[in-house]
Amino acid sequence: MNTEKFLTINGKQVEFNAERNLLEVIRKANIDLPTFCYHSDLSIYGSCRLCIVEIEGMGVVTSCSTTPKAGMIVKTHTDKLRKMRKIYLELLLANHHQGCTTCEKSDCCKLHDLARRMNVTAVRFKCAEETKAIDTSNECLVRDTNKCILCGDCVRACSEIQGIGAVDFAYRGAKATVIPAFGKDLSKVECVYCGLCASVCPTGAITPKNHIERVWSAINNENKKVVAQIAPAVRVALGEMFGLEAGTVTTGKIVAALKMIGFDKIYDTSFAADLTVIEETNEFIDRKTKKGKLPLFTSCCPAWVKFAEQYYSDLLENISSCRSPQQMFGSLAKETLPKSLGIDKENLYVVSIMPCTAKKFEAKRPEFSTDGNADVDVVLTTQELGKMIKQAGIQFNDLMPESLDMPLGFKTGAGVIFGASGGVSEAVLRYASEKLTGLKLESVDFKQVRGNKGILEKTVTIGDIELKLAIVHGLKNARAIAEKVRQGQCDYDFIEVMACPGGCIAGAGQPVSLECKTKQQRTNGLYDADKMLQLHKSQDNPYVLKCYKDELGEIGGHKAHELLHTSYQSRKRINNEGFSLLGGSGEERLQVSVCVGTSCYLKGSQKLLQKIMNYVREKELENAVDVRATFCFEKCDNGPNVKVGDKQISKCNLDTVCAEIAEQLKATV
Amino acid sequence: MTNNKSSLEDIRSYYLQKAQNFKQRVIVCAGTGCVANGALDVYKSILDAIEKQGIKASTCIDSPNEDCNVEIQISKSGCQGFCQAGPLVSIEPYGYLYVHVKPEDATDIVEQTLMNGQVVDRLVYIDPLSGNACPRTVDIPFYNKQNRVVLGRCGHIDPEEIKEFISLGGYESARKAFLEMTSEQVCEEILQSGLRGRGGGGFITGRKWQFALAEKNKKKYIICNGDEGDPGAFMDRSLMEGNPHRVIEGIMIAARAVNADEAYVYVRAEYPLAVERIRKAVADAEAEGILGDNIFGSKFNMKCHVMEGAGAFVCGEETALMASIEGQRGMPMPKPPFPAQKGLFGKPTVINNVETLATVPLIIKNGSSKYRELGTKNSPGTKTFALTGHIVNTGLIEVPFGTTLREIIYEIGGGVTDDKGRVIENGFKAVQIGGPSGGCLTKDHLDIPIDFDSVKEVGAMVGSGGLVVMNKDTCMVKIAHFFMQFTQNESCGKCVPCREGTKQMLSLLTDIVEGKADSETLDLLESLAEAVRDGSLCGLGKTAPNPVLSTLRYFRSEYEAHVLQKRCPAGQCKALALPEILSGLCKGCGLCKRKCPVGAISGEKKEPHKIDQNKCIKCGTCAEACKFNAIVGV
Repeated sequence: MNTEKFLTINGKQVEFNAERNLLEVIRKANIDLPTFCYHSDLSIYGSCRLCIVEIEGMGVVTSCSTTPKAGMIVKTHTDKLRKMRKIYLELLLANHHQGCTTCEKSDCCKLHDLARRMNVTAVRFKCAEETKAIDTSNECLVRDTNKCILCGDCVRACSEIQGIGAVDFAYRGAKATVIPAFGKDLSKVECVYCGLCASVCPTGAITPKNHIERVWSAINNENKKVVAQIAPAVRVALGEMFGLEAGTVTTGKIVAALKMIGFDKIYDTSFAADLTVIEETNEFIDRKTKKGKLPLFTSCCPAWVKFAEQYYSDLLENISSCRSPQQMFGSLAKETLPKSLGIDKENLYVVSIMPCTAKKFEAKRPEFSTDGNADVDVVLTTQELGKMIKQAGIQFNDLMPESLDMPLGFKTGAGVIFGASGGVSEAVLRYASEKLTGLKLESVDFKQVRGNKGILEKTVTIGDIELKLAIVHGLKNARAIAEKVRQGQCDYDFIEVMACPGGCIAGAGQPVSLECKTKQQRTNGLYDADKMLQLHKSQDNPYVLKCYKDELGEIGGHKAHELLHTSYQSRKRINNEGFSLLGGSGEERLQVSVCVGTSCYLKGSQKLLQKIMNYVREKELENAVDVRATFCFEKCDNGPNVKVGDKQISKCNLDTVCAEIAEQLKATV
Repeated sequence: MTNNKSSLEDIRSYYLQKAQNFKQRVIVCAGTGCVANGALDVYKSILDAIEKQGIKASTCIDSPNEDCNVEIQISKSGCQGFCQAGPLVSIEPYGYLYVHVKPEDATDIVEQTLMNGQVVDRLVYIDPLSGNACPRTVDIPFYNKQNRVVLGRCGHIDPEEIKEFISLGGYESARKAFLEMTSEQVCEEILQSGLRGRGGGGFITGRKWQFALAEKNKKKYIICNGDEGDPGAFMDRSLMEGNPHRVIEGIMIAARAVNADEAYVYVRAEYPLAVERIRKAVADAEAEGILGDNIFGSKFNMKCHVMEGAGAFVCGEETALMASIEGQRGMPMPKPPFPAQKGLFGKPTVINNVETLATVPLIIKNGSSKYRELGTKNSPGTKTFALTGHIVNTGLIEVPFGTTLREIIYEIGGGVTDDKGRVIENGFKAVQIGGPSGGCLTKDHLDIPIDFDSVKEVGAMVGSGGLVVMNKDTCMVKIAHFFMQFTQNESCGKCVPCREGTKQMLSLLTDIVEGKADSETLDLLESLAEAVRDGSLCGLGKTAPNPVLSTLRYFRSEYEAHVLQKRCPAGQCKALALPEILSGLCKGCGLCKRKCPVGAISGEKKEPHKIDQNKCIKCGTCAEACKFNAIVGV
């Protein structure tokens, strides 16, 4: 035996190899040391102190931050360690809102689980009395700091994987808290609603927003026809909530359950994904052959789209104008189903079942509503669907599978693999290669674009055309690629971006899983589902073709554009409000906004602002003019910038502003 | 440019030649304590008084406006240490030290001392123990019992005059390290000296440097930790304010030792003067070519930045400090990796405390064996302490390791005082050593030699060097409560034991001082304190329970009195007070009855009064009002 690679854990020799830390060695030895802040995808943090072990010669150390060394003698549950862990859990519980029975996370809370496992039977410390406000400002996520145990997983996930940092620590000591900048609501900061924070949160401090009641009331409204679309990734994960192995495909059971709940029709988002493949591939080939704007970024992921709108407004033209499958389904459903189901459009209620929290935000984007009627009425996450099934008392595992409704329930394998990172690219390749070469594609698998790499770069040759692809997941990786594109340092043709590591199968709406292998199992499930289907190429979907013939007309044509495409907006300003500095009472006051951003400030805008206010006061115009301090007009070279009414004036001075104010006031009188 | 040996010497001989014109020198202490007491006004008044004599004192060695024939030099110095007696003014060459100097004393100082060489008697320190007048610094027990090696010229030289520093042999050690020694030799010399980190941990400095030297990375950093956060500690501040070049020289030697070319001095922003002085020192050293490219012609380059910390206590912890420099939130990271392997910006980094670095030039200059002549075997050298609390002489002191607490408290400190500052016999109760992370020691420990190991053995730590002396009227539970309040506020909030544990310890201590504790509280407090000590992420958390654990260890009966008898033996805990009117002393004047804000006192005129305990809010107004001292227990 080579003793160089062995250490002793609780008296037993354990071999170690490439484990990054002692904790992983211990877990490999079938001892599940408790942790809150350890996450294999994130940096070592060392705050929860539960993975403590005693090592001879070193005393008590956290195993997550200890490098395994040959000959170490490690103990994991001495009296001292057990007592310490128990005290730490008691301390956390004392500072934790203990409304466990009504908590969103009650069935999968790690704190709850560990307290039980560590035999915590009483909390000997004083419990927190103060209750902090719950942030419900957005459609996707609920933040309840009363349940936060400050493990920092969300903070690190948001900055290390998504490269955003929408939440971070603030304040010290017992006042420490995790909040968005300046204590704002999540909706007022750069959060893209990917929900990664919620999926790593061990307690109920950040959870997907629950919209189950909205669905129930639609179902129980006799006038409404409620239809569902099921996203690809849902079918390989929902079973986990009922004890099935991750990756088990349960489409048929989901259909049966939804029918029992009271849904009228059950369709498949994969149908819309097939549609997306057709539209997007044509857009891509068009750009490629006509030397249009490349690379083309995919647009299926709403978190990525918001991210791009926030940080890469200059690249918005590079993003495919195709709506995401969810929204293609929504608009198509609202366009075609009322007729075929024989109802008014107002009475059609579209529910999407999604693995994603950002989809809730996407469905609320104003461009996806017509006259106040949203294309997708409500988005449920996989988790919420599971809860609904449980609420209805349905014995999911015993259900006989049922089939989806036609036509919007028919899909090819290409539409199913959308749920895994690389899936969109593969689906596009399956269509593009036939379209470009005119030859029938015999082997449909493009395994080279599959895999877990955060940034996967591949060149695929189709006929005599070389396509350079990048498949990216995690927005930090997306940022790296987008920077390259912005600086012209790459020559990709097509870039697939998914915010969640691994793609939609790892979305924040999926059942909570603490196991590393889950993602791979779900991915395998999707590729298996592809294999089990008769058709694998979107262009072979007869219902999609029929849809073009009957409803949409030409691919990329006028109607298709109206229903299946969209446009994007810059979100560089998350919040466009300024500060009103003069409080007059006139109802329709002329707005005078002075930029106090850094560049204008340095050019004297603050003094200018003061002078304008003095001018308004002197002329007693308080009730006619509203003077505001605002931020960047993005004309920094020509500062100071002032906006009077709708007119923006650069290189401004007091005279020009006053003249403009006088002029505009005269015009209104 | 000072890229060769002669240049340091040029500066030295230039300064000495200029300085020989001066026959007398007035040094006004401009340390924080003295400045707060008006030292800058004193400085100005002395200048004015000299001018009245028709002469102009020289304030700067080479100011072009000065007349070379001027014989009087006047300068401001850093902290002279004897803060209790400030503002301080020393006059050379006589060695006089004037205490409690006021601006109106300027004329006498000028006329009597500067003009006639006579002592101004009323400004002389009188030793309260012997009653002797001590006109010269060396006569004062506070000073003559100390061994000021590191503080050395601190409090004497003009901290803003690099030439004076050089004239006294400054930067010679750095030059020696760069030109005459290899990196290995510098590390070895420091290792041999046995120098241990003065920031609290007491890690062997030479070893730390060797670890960093062994790292192959081309880029390495030196950080000078000047984030002195202990309440009542001002050793590092005084060094940075009083002799900043000494600190810079230490940094340069450390850089030489590990082949680093960039350094950061991290000073808390609450030390504006220290920031200013260090900044000026760096700029002056750069201007003289001492810092910068091709140091002393050695082909080594070095850049030194000064960075202000925002004042979080935890930023004194090295990984949190580095995070702060990097622009991150100041929160510690688990070690390993140690800074010597992966530190600032991911590069190998040596991080030393100000005092440690200020000691380094001394070792390089005189050699490690000379250094070892002071102190004990395992804790060689001297240590500075900030002496405060119920003691006659508060101030900044420096003693060799191995000195006993008794010597410090009674000989240097001048003995223990009551709350009003009067010396009391047998008044000593405890001393808190090492700040909020340290522990309370008792009279049983007065004779143990102070060094890193012996202090640790008895449950405290040398720490950065705070010494708070407490008299017998101090409630030890309240002291523990006070320190816990501090650490709880200053916990960064990262790890569970420190964030939640300090909060709950504080809550338990509050219960105890408010009489709400029960028999289980002490056990819970103790096991919680141990869990926090054993499991916290960084030094702050690991040492936060020390005040609680050490007071529990040495003053358990006081805790028990609070918990079991609901009584505070020192009479300090208001909530436990039981005010009582002694009927024998009460004259029935009725004053207390009128003063009581809640009407808890009743009684007929000329009859002894009574307090209704149910109504009493224990404010103590009655006891203060009573002219016959008839009210006790509050």
